[in-house]
Amino acid sequence: MFRVGLAQMTPILGDVAANLALHRQWIERAREQKIDLLMFPELSLTGYHLRDLVPDVALKADSPALKELSQAAGEMSLVVGFVEESPSFRFHVSAAYLEAGHVIHTHRKVYLPTYGMFDEERYLDAGGRLRAFESRFGPSVMLICEDLWHPSLAYLAAHEGVFFLLCIADSPARGLSGASVDAAQVYERLCRVYAQFFQVWVIFVNRVGFEEGVNFWGGSMVVNPMGEVIARAPLMDEHLLVAEVDEGEIRRARIFAPLLASERLDLTLRELKRIVESPGSASDERT
Amino acid sequence: MSGLEIDCEVVRGMLTRFIRNEVGKFGFERVVVGLSGGVDSSLSCFLGVEALGKEGVLAVLMPYKTSSPESTADARAVVQQLGIDSIEVDITPQIDVYFERFADADRMRRGNKMARERMTILYDLSMKHKALVQGTSNKTEFLLGYTTLWGDMACAINPIGDLYKSQVRQLATCLGVPERIVRKPPSADLWRGQTDEEEMGLTYEEVDRLLFMMIDERRPRAELERHFDPAFVAKVAGMVQASQYKRRLPVIAKISARSIDRDFRYSRDWGR
Repeated sequence: MFRVGLAQMTPILGDVAANLALHRQWIERAREQKIDLLMFPELSLTGYHLRDLVPDVALKADSPALKELSQAAGEMSLVVGFVEESPSFRFHVSAAYLEAGHVIHTHRKVYLPTYGMFDEERYLDAGGRLRAFESRFGPSVMLICEDLWHPSLAYLAAHEGVFFLLCIADSPARGLSGASVDAAQVYERLCRVYAQFFQVWVIFVNRVGFEEGVNFWGGSMVVNPMGEVIARAPLMDEHLLVAEVDEGEIRRARIFAPLLASERLDLTLRELKRIVESPGSASDERT
Repeated sequence: MSGLEIDCEVVRGMLTRFIRNEVGKFGFERVVVGLSGGVDSSLSCFLGVEALGKEGVLAVLMPYKTSSPESTADARAVVQQLGIDSIEVDITPQIDVYFERFADADRMRRGNKMARERMTILYDLSMKHKALVQGTSNKTEFLLGYTTLWGDMACAINPIGDLYKSQVRQLATCLGVPERIVRKPPSADLWRGQTDEEEMGLTYEEVDRLLFMMIDERRPRAELERHFDPAFVAKVAGMVQASQYKRRLPVIAKISARSIDRDFRYSRDWGR
């Protein structure tokens, strides 16, 4: 059992020093609430619409700034979002898991949306792998925003044995849906389905605020392995959402329905291989 | 057409936060709004007050001698209902002295000149009152090009520019804009008796339904023509395309390796 805190916050666009200071303020708030794991949204150290600022705000994964932030958090573990500069000068949207003054793991966003209002691949490079890692709470994986729109990543993580999908996002409103924004409903659907069918905790933090008229809607949530939203932050306003996360719930869900144990990975692999190797998909080939 | 229906509380929540955020992060606390007494500018004032309080909105009434007295009366009613500060600047002298030199100018030139004159007044007062100019153009007008470039389009922030006219009316009703203002025929009031719908030869109700399907839903032409008269579809599509230049910054001849907005790309909110 641990206490997770979701910092539904608004970073300043392109000012890493100012955002590091903001992070420290949220860390202090979280400390008062005895948080064990504090998660910040995607690109929490930089803001979202960076465009030509990308190289100016990038940090190496071993950057002292990340280690110092972790030291400031003391015993609290952190997930932060930043632009990562690789040794070969590529730039990635990354999530870092920090503990006891160390960068324990980083994940580079695999799916960079480049359609409609999104322009990410113009400025950034996609990550090429997904790895689970051992946090002090148990096996975990980090996913970033559009990564959630591709169920294959959550599927892979589940079968690598993770207990926690740590999801960070900068999701903007782009369309209304009833009494909510469309994206909020999509993310709730995704998180609940992943939690229930991959039998994991899904912990999702989204930012708020505006950049260039674009509204990030917040709505951070914690979903248990039965697919129930057990904690939910308001739409559109800053908020520190706190929830108790019990890994015993995973055991309960997996006894109720041993979905992961009965999954036919061999079949999936065989069929995937066949699909990948067959020339063109059926619908594309049709004339 | 359900797609044009908005949940007022969600949109109201977004737009009041938008105004607070985009005004506040540039170090301002106030907006200045050109208030004609129509539904767009009235809604803009109402949203401004919800976001910033009544001290946060300065309404500027800028009638010309041919402007309808009812419009000015409606504008004054909004000022009174909201309890906001207002300034009235009769633009007649400065317009008339200019057109003494160009007595043959047609009403389009005169109307555009008035719109741009009002813009210079709003920007002057924005400096004096340390307030950002808040726009009042809606999505229908933007898409049809029914706007004066650098005139009524000019502003620092626009909370209602992604709402179609019929959505502006819905939201205005929710926020308590007087029903008379919401219901009266929209008019740019550039000459006596002018109405938008008559001048453009269409109704907002119908064109909004078409634009929503054409722009928001990106439905193919053939499908649009099953729902609307093909001549109407062609006319509206033509208006959207012909006015594209109004929705872009001026075109700059590219010479260097990094030209403004082409490969020198930064957000407006850089560092905010």
